[in-house]
Amino acid sequence: MTQQRVLVVGGGLAGLAATMKLAELGVAVDLMSLTPVKRSHSVCAQGGINSVNDLTRQQGDSEYLHLDDTVYGGDFLQHQPPVKEMTDWAPKIIDLMDRLGVTFNRTPEGFLDQRRFGGTLYKRTAFAGATTGQQLIYALDEQVRRWHSAGAVEMYEGWDFLSPVVDDDGRCRGAIAQNLVTMEIRAFPADAVLLATGGCGLIYGRSTMSMACNGSAASRSVQAGVKYANGEFVQVHPTAIPGADKLRLMSESARGEGGRVWVPRTPHDSRLPKDISESERYYFLEERYPKYGNLVPRDIATREIFNVCVNEGLSVETDRQCVYLDLTHIPRAELDRKLGGILNIYEKFQGVDPRDEPMKIFPAVHYTMGGLWADYERTAEGGLMHGSPRNQQTNIPGLYAIGECDYQYHGGNRLGANSLLSCIFSGLFVAPCVENLLGSLQDSAHDKKYDMLLRGQRSVRQLEHDELLKRAGGRENPYVIHQELGDVMTKAATVVRDNDQLTAALEKVNELADRVERCSLSDTGTWTNQNVVFTKALRDMFPIAKAILKGALARDECRGAHYKPAFEMPGVESNDPGERRRQAEAWCDAFETKNKKWLKTTIATFDKTGEPTLSYEEVDTTLVPPRPRLYGLVGGEAIEQAWKERQA
Amino acid sequence: MGYHNGMTAPSRVSTQPSSFEVRILRQDAPATAPRWERHRITYEPNLNVISVLQKIATLATTSEGKSTTPVAWDCNCLEEVCGACTMLINGRTRQACSALVDKLLQEDPDGLELRPMSKFPVLRDLVVDRSRMFRALERVRAWIPVDGYGDRGPGPHESQESQQVRYPLSECMTCGCCVEACPQFAKVELRQRSDETDEQFAARKNREYDNSFVGAAAISQAMLFNDHPTGHMNAGERLEALMGPGGIQICGNAQNCVSVCPKEIPLTTSIARAGRQTTVHMLRQFFDR
Repeated sequence: MTQQRVLVVGGGLAGLAATMKLAELGVAVDLMSLTPVKRSHSVCAQGGINSVNDLTRQQGDSEYLHLDDTVYGGDFLQHQPPVKEMTDWAPKIIDLMDRLGVTFNRTPEGFLDQRRFGGTLYKRTAFAGATTGQQLIYALDEQVRRWHSAGAVEMYEGWDFLSPVVDDDGRCRGAIAQNLVTMEIRAFPADAVLLATGGCGLIYGRSTMSMACNGSAASRSVQAGVKYANGEFVQVHPTAIPGADKLRLMSESARGEGGRVWVPRTPHDSRLPKDISESERYYFLEERYPKYGNLVPRDIATREIFNVCVNEGLSVETDRQCVYLDLTHIPRAELDRKLGGILNIYEKFQGVDPRDEPMKIFPAVHYTMGGLWADYERTAEGGLMHGSPRNQQTNIPGLYAIGECDYQYHGGNRLGANSLLSCIFSGLFVAPCVENLLGSLQDSAHDKKYDMLLRGQRSVRQLEHDELLKRAGGRENPYVIHQELGDVMTKAATVVRDNDQLTAALEKVNELADRVERCSLSDTGTWTNQNVVFTKALRDMFPIAKAILKGALARDECRGAHYKPAFEMPGVESNDPGERRRQAEAWCDAFETKNKKWLKTTIATFDKTGEPTLSYEEVDTTLVPPRPRLYGLVGGEAIEQAWKERQA
Repeated sequence: MGYHNGMTAPSRVSTQPSSFEVRILRQDAPATAPRWERHRITYEPNLNVISVLQKIATLATTSEGKSTTPVAWDCNCLEEVCGACTMLINGRTRQACSALVDKLLQEDPDGLELRPMSKFPVLRDLVVDRSRMFRALERVRAWIPVDGYGDRGPGPHESQESQQVRYPLSECMTCGCCVEACPQFAKVELRQRSDETDEQFAARKNREYDNSFVGAAAISQAMLFNDHPTGHMNAGERLEALMGPGGIQICGNAQNCVSVCPKEIPLTTSIARAGRQTTVHMLRQFFDR
C-alpha cells in the first residue's frame, strides 16, 4: 500500500486547525485553497471568541451555561451533543491559541481580558483588538507553515475544488481541482477529504463575506450526493456599510454608545441630513420600541430597518436602500475615545467622516448557519465519542465537513463570537477521527487500482471545462446574472419571508438557472481565466439558492433567523387575569404543536440537475429541553409562568 | 472634514465628471509584452478600484469600443484585512479595496492608472506571484515552536505594554506594499526550464528567494516572535536567518516601507531593533567561541 494522504479543502480557521493537528498526528496532508491561506475569510472576524473562563466561573458560569446560551440563541435547532463537546473544549482552545502567540488583549496583571457579547450574561469573549479573526488565523497559518517547512504538509494555494471523487461503493477517494493560474485540471487522490470551505454569502450578491465565499465547493459536493441541511437559516447583521462591491460590517457598539437610527419622513428627501429638522425625522426604532429604543435585539433591529426601506419605501437614497445611523450629536472627543477604530473604517471606505455626517447603513447577509450535513457519534453522557470516524463525516464516507460549511453548531441563529470557536473546534476535533478512519482502510487512494477512477473523473471535469470555453452560447452575461440572482435572493430570503415572494423568487431563480446555461464567456483563454472560473461558480450557486428558497418556503413558522410574519405567534395582550392566563396557555399549546412539526432539521438532497428535494430529521435536544424565546414579546412574563408550571 | 465646509464632499461635488478613464497595464502571461488598455467608466459616487474592475469585467469593452477580456486581478476580503488586492494605483502601491475613486480623481482628474506590482513576477494583468513573501516567513521561522497541540494550560503571562507592541506587528497581512516601495528589494523572476520538473523548479526558485533580500515584512515578523516569551527561546535561529545572505544588512534605510504600509506598522522600528539584536547576537557568538 502506498502512503495514505488527507486532502483539506479550504485554509480558514477550520481547515488550518485540522491541517496542523493531522500533521502532528503524523498524517500526510495536502492543503488546497482558492487564495493563499493567510488571506482566507476568517481574517474578517472582529469581535472575539467565546469560552467559560476563571472569572465567569466564579459568577456561576459553566460549560453547561455556554451550551444553554448557544442552543437558546439558536432556537434549539442544533443537535446538542456537538455543541456540548464544543463548549466543553472552549477553555482548552483559548489556552492553545494563547500558547500559539495570539496577541489577545490583556488585563493589567497580564491575564487574558474578556468582554461581553450578545446572548449571554457573562464576559466570555476573549479578543485581540478588533481583529480577533485575523490574529487567530495567523497563529494557525504560522503553525501550518512550520509543518510545511518540515515537509509534512503540501500546499496547493490557488486551486479551485471541482468535485469529490466517489467510487462505485460510494466512498470518497479524492477530489478533482483546477489551478487558477495555469488552468490545469488535476486529480488529487486522498483517503479522506475535509471540506472547510466556509459560507456562501456571494449567492446574495453582496454580503459581509469575502469574494471566495461563493459556496461552490459545497454545491459541487451536494451535486455529488452530500446532503445539505438547514439551508434557509442565514444570519443577517443589522448594521453594515453598503458598498458598490461589498457590505462592510459596522459594529453594534455604535448604537451602544448612543447612535440613533432614522430616516427622513419624506421619502428620499434630497436635503443634507443636517438640514432635516427633528420633526421631519422618523426615529423608527425609538418610536416603535420606546423601551429599548435603538438597542432592540439584533434580529428586531434587522427586521425593522429592512421593513422601513423595502416595504415602507423610506430609504434615504432612491437607488439603494439605507438608513442613517447618527452619531453627530455626540462630542468628537468622546467618539474618538470610544469608537475611533470603527469610525475610521467608515471614513476610509466611504470618504465621509461619521463624526460630521450620519453613517448610511443597511442590514447585510453575514453567516450561513446551514450547510453540509455532517454526522456525529454520541456518548452516553451526551458529548461526542472522541476519535469516532463518524464525527463531522458527511453521508459520503471519507468526505468530511468542518467550519462554517457544516451545519452542526449554530441552529437557527448564531451567537456572536461562537463562530471562531466552532471553526477551530471542529478542525481540531476531526483530526483524530480522520486518523482512525485511515487506520480502518485496507488500502490507499494512491494505489494503482484507483488510477482509472481518478483519471476518469478528471476527464469528466476537463470535458466540462473545454465545452464551456468552446460554447458559442447565447448573449447572457454571467456578471449581470449574478447581480440579478443576488437581488432576488436578498429580496425574498433574508430578513422577512413571505410565501408568495418566495414562490415568485423560486420561479425567477429557475429562469436565471436556465439563462446561466446560455452565458457567453468574454474570455476563452487558457491562462488565468477568471471569467470561466467565475461562470462555473455562478452556475453552482443555483442548487444552494434553490435549497435556501425551498427550505424557507416550506418552513411555515418563525425560528431564529427565519422570520415569516404570516406564521408569527401573537403575544398575550389581555389585561384580564383569567383571559390572560387562557391566552398564555393557548400560546404554550401552539408552541408545543409548532415544535412537534418544525423542531426538525431541513435536509435537501439533489438530483442530477441540481434540483433539491426536502425531507426532515429529528433534532437531539436531550440535554437542554426546548423552551420559548420570549425576548421583547408582549405578555412574555405570563407565557413564561405558564410554561414553567407546565414543565414542573 | 464634511462637505459643508465646501471642500471635500466626494459624493456630492457637482463638478464630478459624468465618466472617467481607467488606463490599465495588461499582460497576457509571464514573458509576454505588457500593453496599455483604456476603459471609460460612468461616474458614480463612492466607487472604489475593486468596483471599477468589476464594472470593467461586466462591460468587457474598451473605451474604443473593442471587445476585450475581463482584467485579471486578486482580491478577497475587500476591507483591507486580507492583503490580496495590492497594485500600483496612480503610481502608488496600495490596496485596491480602500482606494476610493473620488479621492483618486481629486489627486488626478485625468483618471485612474492601474499597474501590477513591479517587484513580483506578473502572472496575468494585475495578478502577481507573491510566494516569495510567504517563503520569507519560513526563512525567518515566523512561528511559536510549541511542544504540541494538547492541553497544557494557558500561555505565558504578557504585560499590556508588550501586547501593545506585538499587536500592531501581528496586523501585517503580507500585502507586499513595503517591499514594492523598497529600493533594495529587487524583482526575482525565473522561468521553468524545459528539462525541469515542477518540484525542481520550485526548489530552484526557493534557493533564489532565500538568497535575495528578505524584506521589511519578514524582518518585522521575526521581531514579533522574538518578543514572545516562548518565541524568544529560539530567537537566535531567526537572527541568524536575518544575518545570512539577503538579510538585514541589505536594508538601505530609505524608510519607504513604513510610509506606504496600509496598516501603519512601525517597520523601521522593527528593522532598527533587528539590527541591534543581530549585532548583539554576533558579538555574543564571537565571545562565546
